[in-house]
Amino acid sequence: MNMRMEWRTNWMSDRALVRDVALVCLADGIVGVSFGATAVAGGLPWWVPVVMSLLVFAGGSQFAAVGVVLAGGSPVAAVAAGAVLNTRLFPYGLAVSDVTSIDGGRARRWAARLAGAQLTTDESVAFALRHTDPARRRAAFWTCGAALFTVWNIAVPLGVLAGSAIRNTAAFGLDATFPAVLLALALPTLTEGRTRVAAFSGAGAAVALTPLLPAGLPVLAALGGLAALWRPKRRPRDAGDTEVAGAIPVRSNS
Amino acid sequence: MMPLLAVVVLAAITYTMRIAGPLLADRVTVPVAAQRLFTSAAAVLLVALAATSALTSGHGFAGWARPAGVAAAGLLAVRRAPFPVVVLVAASVTALLRLAGVELSRTGPWFLWDSSRYAPELHT
Repeated sequence: MNMRMEWRTNWMSDRALVRDVALVCLADGIVGVSFGATAVAGGLPWWVPVVMSLLVFAGGSQFAAVGVVLAGGSPVAAVAAGAVLNTRLFPYGLAVSDVTSIDGGRARRWAARLAGAQLTTDESVAFALRHTDPARRRAAFWTCGAALFTVWNIAVPLGVLAGSAIRNTAAFGLDATFPAVLLALALPTLTEGRTRVAAFSGAGAAVALTPLLPAGLPVLAALGGLAALWRPKRRPRDAGDTEVAGAIPVRSNS
Repeated sequence: MMPLLAVVVLAAITYTMRIAGPLLADRVTVPVAAQRLFTSAAAVLLVALAATSALTSGHGFAGWARPAGVAAAGLLAVRRAPFPVVVLVAASVTALLRLAGVELSRTGPWFLWDSSRYAPELHT
């Protein structure tokens, strides 16, 4: 590839990066508005979603924790649900550790590492993993991470304002946006057959247990669905099994 | 209620998960099986939370309007509709059904046997 072509490709992929990041930001902005509105409409004080978005900055777990609390669950159950969701950030951090280690003085290196850690999300990691070139990876990760952090922390207070302004949120169907958002967040992780079985059996158990258990526990009990993942080695019996046996893990640790 | 302490603890746990990767990257590799378990655990929790928050309110059934809206949105999401459309459809289908009075049918589906303990906030 000659210089001009290379320049052109870089320029094009920069534009593509900005466009893709903008689309992700738009989607997450809507999630953020929905989160802020749901939290205050459910009766939480305004600072809970706002502080959470700054400090936790992980949409799924924020929704999970607030959802448990709004259902009447204890803060311990809320934290547990949020924390379990965020365990996936550990392998994410391993996968993109190269992009948060930058050259420079000791202080600069640590600043980048600490800030980069907070910007580690499903989206920023996905953007980084799309590239193999270190500079591209870095650009993708930091652009997406910083843009998302900004958009998220603007969208959530906007949602708080909207949620406080609208008196009868049920009439506008706002309570339906919360499960819809969760479903949309979960869909990309449901490509694998066994995960689907685990998720749906767990969800079934959670719904069935809701009338019986204290709020917050049914969702945690759903983790029992993970038992569906455990299967002793045996010969493939039906189409589902063979499909799973051939499945490739979503994220390889390259 | 959600005390500030709960928010701070969740934030601390979350940040620990985030920083652990870069700090341990030279020394640790997570087995593929464990990575898949993390991903699956996240999927299980999200779907369970989606299901319970779509179908239940308190300890009882949430009424038909909300799950109908969520189902419509879920169908669109599966068909790869843009995210804003998914969210808008969830809200508007639910709102329209409520406007039509669908919410008032008090019988829940069979798997929510305790439909007598009904969501009070939607029916006052």
